[in-house]
Amino acid sequence: MQAGAAEATPGRATRSRSLRAQRETLFYVLISPWIIGFLAFVFGPMMYSGYLSLTKWNLLAPPQFIGMGNYQQLLHDPLFWQSLKVTTIYAVVSVPLGLAFALFLAVLLNQRVRGLSVFRTILYLPSVVSGVAVSVVFMWVFNPSFGIVNSILGYFGIKGPGWIESPTWALPAMILMSLWSVGGAMIIFLAGLQNVPPELHEAAQMDGAGMWRRFFRVTIPLLTPTILFNLILSIINQFQIFTQAYVMTNGGPLNATLFYVFYLWQNAFQYLNMGYAAAMAWILFLIVLVVTVAVFATSRKWVFYQGGE
Amino acid sequence: MQTRADVAMKAVTYVLLIICSAGMLLPLLWMVSSALKPNYEVFQFPPQWIPSPVQWSNFPRALNFVPFLQFFWNTILIAVGSLVGSLISNIMVGYAFARLEARGKNVLFYVMLSTLMLPYAVTMIPQYAIFSQLHWVNTFWPLIVPAYFGNPFFIFLLRQFFLGIPRELEDAAAIDGAGVFTTIWRIILPLSWPAIIVVCIFQIQATWNDLLGPLLYLNKESLFTLQLGLQYFVGQYTGGWNLLMAASTVILIPVLVMFYFGQRLFIKGIIVGGVKG
Repeated sequence: MQAGAAEATPGRATRSRSLRAQRETLFYVLISPWIIGFLAFVFGPMMYSGYLSLTKWNLLAPPQFIGMGNYQQLLHDPLFWQSLKVTTIYAVVSVPLGLAFALFLAVLLNQRVRGLSVFRTILYLPSVVSGVAVSVVFMWVFNPSFGIVNSILGYFGIKGPGWIESPTWALPAMILMSLWSVGGAMIIFLAGLQNVPPELHEAAQMDGAGMWRRFFRVTIPLLTPTILFNLILSIINQFQIFTQAYVMTNGGPLNATLFYVFYLWQNAFQYLNMGYAAAMAWILFLIVLVVTVAVFATSRKWVFYQGGE
Repeated sequence: MQTRADVAMKAVTYVLLIICSAGMLLPLLWMVSSALKPNYEVFQFPPQWIPSPVQWSNFPRALNFVPFLQFFWNTILIAVGSLVGSLISNIMVGYAFARLEARGKNVLFYVMLSTLMLPYAVTMIPQYAIFSQLHWVNTFWPLIVPAYFGNPFFIFLLRQFFLGIPRELEDAAAIDGAGVFTTIWRIILPLSWPAIIVVCIFQIQATWNDLLGPLLYLNKESLFTLQLGLQYFVGQYTGGWNLLMAASTVILIPVLVMFYFGQRLFIKGIIVGGVKG
């Protein structure tokens, strides 16, 4: 197909132009699956959901246009605000806590001690599993009377709380649980740490900088691009928390774990308020967009690129 | 020579590593321990770590309570179906982004990367609407077909890997008159198996752990995946935790085994996907 077209055109200039055109065609042929997928599963649905968010639709009858009605209703929906609040608290606490923990583990794994690969495997292990089974296991781990967390607290004479059965402690339980799967961020931090040139540490040490000073003045600045990457990834991830609410608490007790995506799903597939849920989806999109852009915008101030790469 | 401070640092590092590893393993050990206990022992306080007697029969009992074999088979079908699509599409697109030049390539590349940040919940409702118009609800298609249209994370990962392969090999093949698909098949693929295995592992893992997709599209018990099946089991079963833990153990084991054998590649994949951007 390509060869025939090239041979048919005489003259060097036209020939090279058509060769280039051919290569361009080939590029677009090869990426066509992604382009079709982008239009059919991302861009198209986004536009469609923008329209749906302006309608009342229960899947059975055709959508009925109601203008900004859904958005107005959202403003007066206490559960919407509750879901936004719960998810924001969850993200604001679990993201920095998770990143700090991941960095701490990465620093430990970056020391020269024996058996590192075994520790690395164990620390990363929890991150490969997720889904219903993990939530079921954590329901049992957090069981107020017979769970392992309260048993261990019991050894120290502390009477553990009701965890996922208590409106006060359900959200902290979810945050604790999120610390279990920081392995991905940990590995990325570890790779970042291994890229820190040892000469810089040696130079700082000669200047009399202690361990902490070197960590905060040498390691952390060089690690800022990695921190930025992990920060964005984990914000987006934490905003999407769903399975835990669905399996462990059903959004309760007293809506204490009514996470945003869970409430969105409830509206769409339990109450069949598709238009209303589409409006929530658009708001989620705007939130993620604004947060990401804001993080990138401030990153100019705090991210340091080695060698200006 | 080691100073006393160095030795102390090492000791502290060990202690911290051991405490953290123990904490990470705790839920999994607790799961296995509970899965092997007789029911009366599950509700014992303080809890026993080593079950006595060890009750292996929990496993067959849990697996027979709901048709887990059927759920397992369904999950395998979806995993294999989407894996094939994922490999074909992501290798093609990744190769194009790595090697071919065209106007608009950079813009498209950034558009593709930005879709990495799009939560599934945002496109979930219109996608459902589209698939239900196609009468694909209660079939595996909505869970398989999207994999044939590329995944930005995998495309990026493969592109990064392809960029590291020396171009001369492909040039030689081109002189011999090889087309692009022949080049990919004969030259690129044999050199990129580590990256391809990484994509396989991540793709299978994603299918295995997915709850939201199957929850939307599969409402018949005979079509359930393992994740839905376990949730269904939780809803149906009102007995002790030992059988629930047995079922959870069985569902987690394949992924853990896959991780154990592929861990180097697994970790490499995260680093390539994460840092070299």
